[in-house]
Amino acid sequence: MQEEDRIHLSYQVEGGDLTHAGEASSGVKQTLRKLGIDPGTIRRVSVCMYEGEINMVIHANGGLAMVDVGMDDITITLTDYGPGIPDIDRAMQAGFSTAADSVRDLGFGAGMGLPNMKKYSDEMKIKSIVGVGTTVTMVVKIPS
Amino acid sequence: MRHSVALTLKKCRGCTTCIKSCPTEAIRVRNGKATILPNRCIDCGTCIQVCPHQAVRSQRASVQDALKRFRYTIAVPDPALYAQFHNLNDVNIVLNGLLAIGFDDIYESAASAELLAAVMDAWEQGHAALRPELSPACPAVVRLICIRFPDLLGHLAPVITPVELAAILARRRAEEAGVPPEDIGVFSIVPCSSQVTSASAPNGLKERVVDGALAIRDVYLELLGPMRQLDPKELLPLAGGRTGTSWAFSGGEALSRRDKRYIAVDGIVNVIKMLEEIEDGRMPDADFIELRACTKGCLGGCLNVENPFTAKMRLKDLMGNMPPSHSPTAAARAEAVAILESTEKPEFLPTFQLDPDRRKAMEKMMAIQQLEERLPGLRCGSCGAPSCRAFAEDVVMGRASVDDCIFRVRERMQHEAVGADPDAYLPAPFRQRKVRTAAAGEEETL
Repeated sequence: MQEEDRIHLSYQVEGGDLTHAGEASSGVKQTLRKLGIDPGTIRRVSVCMYEGEINMVIHANGGLAMVDVGMDDITITLTDYGPGIPDIDRAMQAGFSTAADSVRDLGFGAGMGLPNMKKYSDEMKIKSIVGVGTTVTMVVKIPS
Repeated sequence: MRHSVALTLKKCRGCTTCIKSCPTEAIRVRNGKATILPNRCIDCGTCIQVCPHQAVRSQRASVQDALKRFRYTIAVPDPALYAQFHNLNDVNIVLNGLLAIGFDDIYESAASAELLAAVMDAWEQGHAALRPELSPACPAVVRLICIRFPDLLGHLAPVITPVELAAILARRRAEEAGVPPEDIGVFSIVPCSSQVTSASAPNGLKERVVDGALAIRDVYLELLGPMRQLDPKELLPLAGGRTGTSWAFSGGEALSRRDKRYIAVDGIVNVIKMLEEIEDGRMPDADFIELRACTKGCLGGCLNVENPFTAKMRLKDLMGNMPPSHSPTAAARAEAVAILESTEKPEFLPTFQLDPDRRKAMEKMMAIQQLEERLPGLRCGSCGAPSCRAFAEDVVMGRASVDDCIFRVRERMQHEAVGADPDAYLPAPFRQRKVRTAAAGEEETL
């Protein structure tokens, strides 16, 4: 499928504001439902989106969530200009978190964000430069 | 889908109040009158509550007709009924009142609620239910899950309401007593439009088990006089326990599940938020989630008389005089479990899908996005749709014309105004640009 035949959705995620976290995920879900994507795939996308959104809110002072829907896959690209991830392998370990106690007190920062995103996507790539920012790309395949 | 929620066109003034409060965006105003998109309506009754002209109603049976239709008529009252009366100190007065106005037998839905609560733990042990378990007691919520949260269908407990279970058991009891099946009529007395709908179209049963639904507010009027004439010393003891009665308000069902860690959510907007969270993988650390479309639970239903807050106070007073619960016998439990086993999982209804062919759906979505970008995003409702997104979708799906948007029409007028400035159509104080006045040919700066 050609690039222009894909549907593009983008959402600005505000940093430090957990009350609005989940809105981008909710918007994406509604669009996918209208396209007739199967419920299981929608749920995988919504988990990836939500976890990514929360990461950007907590760690990166917000960012941009872009979702690209084609016939065979849904690609989620999360871009932020936050502190970057010094050790990606370590960040990928279940339970590892650098979240502040104030965030943990709210029930976030359990260290499951990135592992869950990996678990629920078919492909995940992280590009990060310390002091510059992070881009996480996730691909969720649509079963034919 | 069948519905009980319907419009009285004569009363509708097309004011757009309902389109903005509908949680599933199921209402549009067309030609000055509201219309309901049947595939999206979940019969929650929000529109009935907000309509300033009483133009939306829930179509239900009349009490007098119900009493005439069958030789042996059974009432299945929802406990919300008891909370409607001022200065009532005994539920038995209401139940005996129902006998006085012509019902032949009573089966409280509070009694079957207690039975449900008692057998659900045992049922769960035999089934690999997904955690958290979602309550199926509110038919509007079940319909919402069917159209909007299909991936959560597996979390639903067996889809049967206390009213439905009561109706099945009441009919059996009458048949066992020798009443010919064709003579038996079972009528529920319910607080909301979704329960009226589920009487004729149950969500989890193969066929209907209730012959008709009566509104609490209709029965209330019939009961007032006869209840006053009852002799308190001659009341039959018909009332059940506190546990089942408490299902009328938010949190009652959850509490009746004893050792469960629970969350009780009421109000359709809150229900949607909670279901969104679960869908996003934000699993609340709960075993059971009670969900009610109406504020404060069934006491907030659109067919009650009293406001839900006063009603709750009254119901709590009444519950003070009741035994905790009537412990069901082993035989009753076994019978209930067998009924639970016979329920069916409701199916996903893809009513939001733009097209069954995904490629076509994608094309339509792109067209919707393109149009939406050119709309003002004000949610003014003038076009008859609840939002610019919904309007764009309506246009692409052929349910509306672009010219229904007053801003688009204005834009076009501006372009079509012959030889005039784009601001020419505005009254002078609002003009921001230089306008050439046609008569004098002079320039006037405003």
